[in-house]
Amino acid sequence: MMVLRTTYHDELNRLNREVVEMGALAQEMVSKGIEAFLRGDEAIREELASMDREIYRQEQEIDRHCFEIIALHQPVASDLRKVSSCLKVVTDLNRIGRYGRNIAEMGEGAADRSVTRRFPLQTMAQQVLSMVEAATSAFVNRDTKAAMAIIERDDEIDKLWESIFRGTITCMIEQPQNISDGAYTILAARYLERIADHACNIGERVVFMVSGTRVDHYEFKRVPRMDHREGPTQPEPSTDGYYVTRLDEK
Amino acid sequence: MSSIEVNNLNVWFDDKQALKGVNMTIPEKGITAIIGPSGCGKSTFIRSINRMNDIIPSCRVQGQILVDGKDLYGPGVDVTQVRKNIGMVFQRPNPFPKSIYENIAYAPRIHGTRDKKKLGEIVERCLRRAALWDEVKDRLDKSAYDLSGGQQQRLCIARALSIDPEIVLFDEPCSALDPIATAKIEDLLEELKDDYTVVIVTHNMQQAARVADRTAFFYLGELIEFGDTSQLFERPENELTENYITGRMG
Repeated sequence: MMVLRTTYHDELNRLNREVVEMGALAQEMVSKGIEAFLRGDEAIREELASMDREIYRQEQEIDRHCFEIIALHQPVASDLRKVSSCLKVVTDLNRIGRYGRNIAEMGEGAADRSVTRRFPLQTMAQQVLSMVEAATSAFVNRDTKAAMAIIERDDEIDKLWESIFRGTITCMIEQPQNISDGAYTILAARYLERIADHACNIGERVVFMVSGTRVDHYEFKRVPRMDHREGPTQPEPSTDGYYVTRLDEK
Repeated sequence: MSSIEVNNLNVWFDDKQALKGVNMTIPEKGITAIIGPSGCGKSTFIRSINRMNDIIPSCRVQGQILVDGKDLYGPGVDVTQVRKNIGMVFQRPNPFPKSIYENIAYAPRIHGTRDKKKLGEIVERCLRRAALWDEVKDRLDKSAYDLSGGQQQRLCIARALSIDPEIVLFDEPCSALDPIATAKIEDLLEELKDDYTVVIVTHNMQQAARVADRTAFFYLGELIEFGDTSQLFERPENELTENYITGRMG
């Protein structure tokens, strides 16, 4: 048995490295965005503007690379899943990075934000950042269990978002001078919630890339959680007359 | 129409076993592709279906191939009748050194059709079926060798259809053709699959993916995996299949 198509496999490995690099950048943008928002750091905001240009460039480059691989090498099976997943994951990573910048842009006047400090925005930010880290790590390690665990955590984030939203609205109704501060708080929480959604999307793509199983988001939320902890397995063949012979069983 | 049921098929050439315990059911109609690396037994398999291996003295066949429940290798089977019912098209176009008309009329005539009008109808019907009629209708008396390679191959397909087979076997029918001629044959296969059970051996995995409803992967004389083409190319069940179609081994 000989290994074939080395150029093609080199291209796939390069694509993987590019996505991993972009994942690290997206992660850093979220981390810095939160820091800039909470501390009101102008220098970080400027740094994020340049990182935003860079992550956009990387998305374009990876997108172009994926199309080149499809056009020139016609990947199938796990290779096709890998390329199609990369195409989707880079969109999520770009959005994650962009939200990091958006959060930073609201950092001006952070020192005076009494409303922001009343709510667990920092807790939410830490949890969201850890989901993004887990998503990039699941992609690197092709870890379906870790990917499913990210999706499970989305409910906690949704609850935090809802509680911050309701609490901030109440503050704004009670004291109209809080409106500006409250609006920034709501926007920051909303961006964090969206980042978590994109981390979940990446988790879903990792599961599909590794196992070929598509995660049904609505079905996932409907069935009991324990069923998911073991990670997905290859579903039974659905086609009549589908035969598989495993040589090691012979 | 005919389905093909293969039960524990073993084929030897002298001491070398070319097929090892193959079990599969090819449903009637539609296109079934056979893929695998050189020497995996795919041509041996397809040639077993119309007993073409009988002409090789060192060949020994064990097992059953049932067409509509009747064993092709059972006692008292008329091999000529088997090959009348199961047509075959080969890798290189091999028209008879006769006119275009005679290439089609030859087989019906030796099977008893003498009426010229009826023979003319058969020739036209088969050439139309093979999408060749419009290109040759004004020169039916010209030598088949005057046709291009792609036209010669379509003529061979028309010839195979001239005695109303239920199954048509194609052994790498496009490997000697350019991309345009290949596309025409593939379009033709698509047309034929509603009326005939088509089995095609191909070295070209993209061709299998494009034309076949079901695909079987053979390796070292064994049937490794057989199933729906889209499933096999998107999510193969067996690691050997995955490694072969993604070019990691051959």
